[in-house]
Order: sequence, then structure tokens, then C-alpha cells
Amino acid sequence: MITVKNLWFSYDAQVILEDVNLTIKQGEFIAVIGPNGGGKTTLIKLILGILKPQRGEITVLGQPPKTAARRMGYVPQNTNISKVFPISVMDVALMGRLGKAGRSWRYSEADRRRAEEALDRVGMLEHKKSPVLNLSGGQRQRVFIARALASDPEILFMDEPTASVDQEWQAQIYNLLKELNKSITIVVVSHDISILSSYVKSVACVNRTVYYHDAAEITEEMLGKMYQCPVELVAHGVPHRVLQSH
Amino acid sequence: MDIFHYEFMQNALMAGLLASIACGIIGTLVVVNRIVFISGGIAHAAYGGVGLAFFLGFAPLLGVVGFSVAIAIIIALVSLGNKQRADTIIGVLWAVGMALGIMLADLTPGYKVDLMTYLFGSILAVPREDLFLMLFLNVAILGTVVLFYKDFLAMSYDEEFAGLMGVPTRALYIALLIMIALCVVIIIRVVGMILIIAFFTIAPYMAEGQSRSLYSMMLLSILYNCVFALAGLWLSFRFNLTSGATIILVGAAFFFLSLFLRKFAKMLKVGS
Repeated sequence: MITVKNLWFSYDAQVILEDVNLTIKQGEFIAVIGPNGGGKTTLIKLILGILKPQRGEITVLGQPPKTAARRMGYVPQNTNISKVFPISVMDVALMGRLGKAGRSWRYSEADRRRAEEALDRVGMLEHKKSPVLNLSGGQRQRVFIARALASDPEILFMDEPTASVDQEWQAQIYNLLKELNKSITIVVVSHDISILSSYVKSVACVNRTVYYHDAAEITEEMLGKMYQCPVELVAHGVPHRVLQSH
Repeated sequence: MDIFHYEFMQNALMAGLLASIACGIIGTLVVVNRIVFISGGIAHAAYGGVGLAFFLGFAPLLGVVGFSVAIAIIIALVSLGNKQRADTIIGVLWAVGMALGIMLADLTPGYKVDLMTYLFGSILAVPREDLFLMLFLNVAILGTVVLFYKDFLAMSYDEEFAGLMGVPTRALYIALLIMIALCVVIIIRVVGMILIIAFFTIAPYMAEGQSRSLYSMMLLSILYNCVFALAGLWLSFRFNLTSGATIILVGAAFFFLSLFLRKFAKMLKVGS
């Protein structure tokens, strides 16, 4: 479903990813973990076609990323979007329909229905007229998930879905993802290993290169390779870099 | 209001309203996309167009149209290509455009037209034919924004996601900067190129906090701009003040009042 071959990516002179090889099969629920600055988000953005690799090849659903983009759903990190922007919950969800709505100047009735279904799925339908700026962090996150779902994606990417979200909703998000995983492939970026291990089917550790493990467990060996620091540090999300080890 | 019996006053009124509409719409997009600095660069560099028109001997506003649209496209391409260094290059273009305008005016032989008119506006001296150009540009801007509203909304809110959904964000960004340039043309007669930034930012900033959607923010910005323009026009006529500066200071007065009221409302909330 997703194939990454001999991928290299760097910002200016700094190599972020080197010689990455990764295959993600249909129906997977994969966690992408690794230290901050290790290249997790970069890898996802490359697969989504937001960034272009310097070397190597990526195919998604048999197509180059740019072409396949409309068949993928993306929930970016909660923190990147202006919190004071005047927009309603429904209008955000409708953005998920942009790829399907064609070039008409308005959304169709069918688009609205699809966006409402997506909001219903994350329990935000009753808030559809609310301004997004009135929502809590967890509610905003749910709206972004609805926006991604509204596009009927075949693969769903989530970047740090549990950042700035309370404990209760963290579990809810993962239950929702588990439910969604019955029909779509899911790729979750997270530094939060403890919660992930009880939901995901496989793990990819990213720190300049990618170490794939076809089971929902993180071995001592993987951690040793990827982090070179004790497990506790990672599980508590303390920012740290281990780039100099290469 | 007997002052509006004069034709120049009617023209001034029309010019003020047309500028309010265009700037309410584009100013909103400028504020939510955080490209105030870019809009300032386009507005000031447009001065080169005034100088060029004097030098070559054609209508100044046409010079401004051509020159500012060209600058807008250059700035768009520079900032799309290199986000980190874009502000420096915009700063350079900003100054170069103005310097070029002044030099070309120096090199123009014979009668020197009052360049201050373009720097600070002269709403009381807007000729009829300029109004038609302003009306035409307004229709062009309004049509573009209405037609691509959902795309502009998506780009402004989350450019990355919009791009994933197949929204042509680069083309929209270039279009937005060109519309800023057209807005500069519309408003140059009203408050002048130096004061344009205030007309772009004050009303949208006040409107943002009171709006539930981007289009209501646009409508409210238009309304505020109209109030600033009308009140400023009336005050400048009554007390014989420079109209552009008066309009901006009326806006600024509302701006600080709204800041104060917001702070006051917060204090009341905390106090109770």
C-alpha cells in the first residue's frame, strides 16, 4: 500500500532521513515513534507529498504521493493552526471535502452530509455551528479528525494525536482509531509508547533511519538502536536528541 | 448634510466606499494570512509606478497598476521559493520601489506633479474616471474572492491541508498578492500608499474577535472601514485637515477604544 525505497531527505546541509526503506500493508495500524527531531513528521510529510525527497522513491496506493494525496487523510499536529481564526466547526470539517467537491464555488448537499457524518463519528455534530476558537484542545483535535475522515480516506495519518489532549480523550481517540482500522489503514506518529503498544499492530522507529517491527512491541534492542537512552525518559516525553551518535 | 452637494464631495464619498469594500475583503485575508509586511512592501514599492508613469507620460494610476502587480508577482515568487529570507528581499523591494519612483520623478522634465498626493492621498480630488477604474477593480476582486471563497478559506486556515486536498495554494497565494496590488491602486487616492497598511489592518483586527466566519469578518471590516472613511472625511472637511491622515486617525481611535474595551471587559470578568 505504501512503499518507501532508499529515501534520503535533508534540510539544507542537515540530513534528516537517510536510506529509509519501509513497506506499509493494507489494514495496518502502525505507530511511528522516535525521538524529537528524529524525522517522524518529515517521513509522514514525504509520504503525503507535502515534502519532496532528494533521493529515493515513494509509492502510495500504486501512485506517486502527490497524485494519491486526495485518497489520504491527514490530521496535523494540533499546535500548527491559528486558534483565533474565525471559523465554525462545520466549515473546518467541510474542508475535508475539498478534494471531492470539484471546482464548484460552493459545497454540495452531499458534501455537507458527509462532513456531518464525520463530525457525528467523533461526537462533535452537536457543536457544528460553534466557532472553533471556543473549543477545548481535545474537541479541536476531534474536529481535525472529522475533517480528515470527511474525505473518505483509504489511509489515515495522525501526527501526535494525543499531544495537548486530556487522559480520558486519549483513550477515546485510540478506541476510535481501532474502530476505523477495520476499514482503513492507520499511521500514527507519537512519542507516547505506553499507550500505543496496546492498540497498534506494528511499530516503525524513526531516527534518521527507520527500524520496522512487525508487532506491537518495542524490544530492548530497538530502543537501544533508536534512542540510546533509558525507556522512562521516552515514555514521559522528555525532549532529547541523540543525533550526535551517528 | 449639505457638504455632499458638491461633486468633489460625492466623488470623495464614492472613493471612500469603494476603498472600504476592497480593503475590508483583502485586509481580512492579509490579516488572517499574516502577510501585513508583504502588503506594506507592495504598497510602498508601488510608488515606483507613479514615478514611471510621470517619466513616460501616462496616467499615474495605470503606472501603479502595472508596477504594483509586477512587484506583487515578484514578491509572491520570492516568498514561495524561500520563506526564511523572504522578509529581507521584500524589505529591499519596498525601498527600491520608492527610491525608483522619486528618481524617475526627478528625471522628468517640466512641471512636477505633487507627489505627496500619492503618498498621503487626496480623496477630495478624485476625478470621475478614476472612480470607474476603482469600481472595475472592486468588481474583479469581489468576483475572485466569491468564486474561490472556500479555497481561500482553506488556504488561510491550513495551507498544508488545503494543498493535500488539491487546492492550488500557490496560484491562490499569487492571486492574493495581485489583489493586494489592485487594492493599493484603489486606495492610493483615498489615504495614500504610506497609510494603506492601517486601512488593511485596523478594521480586520477589530472584526476578527467579533466574527464567527471569514465572510462575516470581511463584511464587518467593510462596515468599519466605511465608518472610518465617512467620519474621517467629514472631520477633515469641517476642520480643514488632510483627509487621508484624518481617516486613519479615526480608525486608530476606534482601534484603541476597542482594545481598551476588551481589556475592560476582561477585568470585569475577573473581578466578578
